[in-house]
Amino acid sequence: MSVRLEKVSKVFQDPSRPEGSVTAVDRVDLEVREGEFVTLLGPSGCGKTTTLRIISGFEAPTRGDVFISGERVNDQPPNKRDTSMVFQSYAIFPHMSVEQNVGFGLELKGRPKAEVREETARIMAVMGLTSMAKRRPDQLSGGQQQRVALARAIINKPSVLLFDEPLSNLDAKLRDQMRLEIRRIQQSFGITSIYVTHDQIEAMTVSDRIVVMERGRVMQIGTPFEVYSRPANRFVADFIGRVNFFPCTEASFSGEGLTAKYRDVRIRAGSRNGDVREGGPAVIAVRPESLRLEPDSASAAPFLRGRIDKAVYLGAVVEYEIDAGLDRPVMAVSHDPVVAGFFRVGDPVSLSFPPAAAHALAPETAP
Amino acid sequence: MTDRAIGVSLGEIRRLARDPLLAFVVAAVLAALVVFILYPLASVVVMALRPDGRWTVEIFRHVAANPYLLQGFRNSILMGVLTAGIGTGIGFLFAFAVTRADVPLKRFLHGVAIIPIVSPPFIGALAIIMLFGNNGFITWNLLRIRNFPIYGFTGLMIAQAVTFFPVAYLTLRGVLESINPTLEDAALDLGGSRFRVFRRVTLPLAMPGIASSMLVLFIETLADFGNPLILAGSRFPILSVQAYLQITGMYDLPTGAALSVLLLVPSVTAWVIQKYWVSRKRYVTITGKPTISSVKIVSPGIRSLIFGACLAVTAFILLIYASILWGALAKVWGSDNTPTLRHFLYVFGVGFKAVRDTLTIAGLSTPASGLLGMVIAFLVIRKSFPGRKFMEFTSMLSFAVPGTVIGIGYILAFNKPPLVLTGTLLILLLNFVFRYVPVGIESGVAILRQIDPAIEEAAVDLGADARTTFSRVTLPMIVPAYFSGLVFAFVRAMTAISAAIFLVSSRWNLMTVQIMAQVESGRLGAAAAFSVILVLIIFGAIFLIRALLKARYGRYGGSMLKF
Repeated sequence: MSVRLEKVSKVFQDPSRPEGSVTAVDRVDLEVREGEFVTLLGPSGCGKTTTLRIISGFEAPTRGDVFISGERVNDQPPNKRDTSMVFQSYAIFPHMSVEQNVGFGLELKGRPKAEVREETARIMAVMGLTSMAKRRPDQLSGGQQQRVALARAIINKPSVLLFDEPLSNLDAKLRDQMRLEIRRIQQSFGITSIYVTHDQIEAMTVSDRIVVMERGRVMQIGTPFEVYSRPANRFVADFIGRVNFFPCTEASFSGEGLTAKYRDVRIRAGSRNGDVREGGPAVIAVRPESLRLEPDSASAAPFLRGRIDKAVYLGAVVEYEIDAGLDRPVMAVSHDPVVAGFFRVGDPVSLSFPPAAAHALAPETAP
Repeated sequence: MTDRAIGVSLGEIRRLARDPLLAFVVAAVLAALVVFILYPLASVVVMALRPDGRWTVEIFRHVAANPYLLQGFRNSILMGVLTAGIGTGIGFLFAFAVTRADVPLKRFLHGVAIIPIVSPPFIGALAIIMLFGNNGFITWNLLRIRNFPIYGFTGLMIAQAVTFFPVAYLTLRGVLESINPTLEDAALDLGGSRFRVFRRVTLPLAMPGIASSMLVLFIETLADFGNPLILAGSRFPILSVQAYLQITGMYDLPTGAALSVLLLVPSVTAWVIQKYWVSRKRYVTITGKPTISSVKIVSPGIRSLIFGACLAVTAFILLIYASILWGALAKVWGSDNTPTLRHFLYVFGVGFKAVRDTLTIAGLSTPASGLLGMVIAFLVIRKSFPGRKFMEFTSMLSFAVPGTVIGIGYILAFNKPPLVLTGTLLILLLNFVFRYVPVGIESGVAILRQIDPAIEEAAVDLGADARTTFSRVTLPMIVPAYFSGLVFAFVRAMTAISAAIFLVSSRWNLMTVQIMAQVESGRLGAAAAFSVILVLIIFGAIFLIRALLKARYGRYGGSMLKF
């Protein structure tokens, strides 16, 4: 039950723009394997929801093809596609009880009443909804409505489960809980799932692979580790977590990584992208938690020196902004401050990082 | 630009072609709107501008040269403006009392303010004649004044203010309820005096609602026919009555049509301003969840003042209904007040045909009108097709067209082939269906805007086709709104007079027209008895529908039907 998109584009008419249209999805290629959980991640307006609606059939692609289980489904209306969607607003039928909502899909398929009842009871038990079977949707909490929406979507045993930002209406604690629950249910049923969110932590928690999108285009497809530690470009590195960029010149490859000249010193990165050219410029990306801060001393020869500009004590960590004379402050995080001690605003520090934590990107020519 | 516009509409046409059922419904609704709304209106304009086969402004010159007709126009505009101001003022007072001033007896005040909305619009005029007329209870029985000058400006002003202020009240109550009281709390907290907070915060926030209410009242007053027919008299001519008299009294169709056009222009102008300008200026969106806040904006002294004023208005309304009831039971109003049932016996005897006809016409036209309204609301909100804006505009236009104009339009349009309908039941039904369709559309639009389109998508996603989605999901969700729209449409149909008076015949007559005939021949007792029966039928229908909704839909349905 794989899903495949080939060169899928979606252009909307938009008379308010000078060019008269807007390209919401731009030549997207994507392959989701059977049983896989893939997340479309990106800022609002990046085309992730439109992509999802193209897969569900609510939008028709302007160009390109959509395949579900190897069959081209461009001309199949949503009610004929073997996909089920969990909507952002849950879209629970307000005039039906919980039980009726959950069983609606099977009822539409014309299954015998007894079977519908049995299957509904089974799914409701799995989802912890049994005690509220007779309730009306307006008597449910947000989390319970979420469960009803999920139960209603999985009862049809769809080939593909689609999630459109399903947790954005829940409060933070419930969101954490539901993330794990969605992952648990997806794995126990083994349903191929495509999930849309703008929340990178949510994407990291639930996904086998993440598709990072921006302005309708796919920026990177990879595992959570890959998109975080081996970002394909500056956008991905910057969108997922926080990052420091150090622009370098004279890259020379060594093993998996490279060394390059940063100001007056050569620094090492443990990994590099394929589009970095030997001898040319490169950008070395280092996450704040990988930067090491030490009290500055005349004897040391760090790659960068600076002064603590801001220090925010958060208990588990301290977040710093360091003025190192660059156009942006350098971000660093130190852990376990009670034991390790921490710096105060104005302290001079020297900065270093282990090469394994640094990743080299090609400098971008055009955005 | 034009290329693109055509491109879009081509896309819409393609979509329609893929869905033949939708295409058929759209085409049928558009055709019906053209035939039963635009064609009659065009007939009026053509009759005024082309009375004998050639285009001319002769008729308008003739009207302009006639000071009596011109005075009618001036009087109508004057009454429209004054009623808009006074009615909105009283409406605001009630709305403020109920939502902000924390006065006692709120439910009672609300209930009394609602009564005029659900009764025939000329009951005020009838009661004023009974109280202040030649044999008036107050002027003659109590004060012994003969020929008190109640006919004309004063009487009409009072009658129209009482008739139309409830409309303003309902609008403004909604507006004031949606203004979060914590805004006023915040302003008080910043050190504003109560009066300043009212003037700088409450009033400006309510201003778009006030403007909207004034325009609606202006339109309704201009279109009002029953009150001026009873009360205006010959010394204070009113345009809608003059147009009627030109046609029924002098058989002068062109002049009647020209006066109709004069009536139509200010009404439609006010409506366009209201619809496309004022209603866009709302500051507040209704979230449905009232914020809990103790209201502190009114001092105890002001509260008593507001309460007193509301009580005075309430007392007057109750006096009106009491006098109607008493009039229906008194032997000869004003001279012999011994109780009798003979007026009711008359209504149930000779007059019963009108009761039966009215019930038939209202009973048939109301569900049809409500259904058409729901269909139009669904098409306009959920579908995109060529002519969508046109459909919305034309179907809502009925609200702005005075009944007199559309009544004249119907007799002009449907007394000759291809559609000869005059004198039939059908012409009354069609007129009622298309005249009251905005009521259904408004309640349909309101509910559809509340329903997340994702709910319908969810049904499709689970495998439902378009028809199943509509019947299993959309329809059940809008049915309560359909019925609550039905109540208002039914009230309107039961109390209609201005257009219907042109369309009734010996075969099909209406209670409202009967009431007018009784008033004109001085038989106030019979008129009052008819009115009492009419109001009882309406109240019965309201309670019946409300009970049905509550039983069928529980909280979800019962709450839809609120006054």
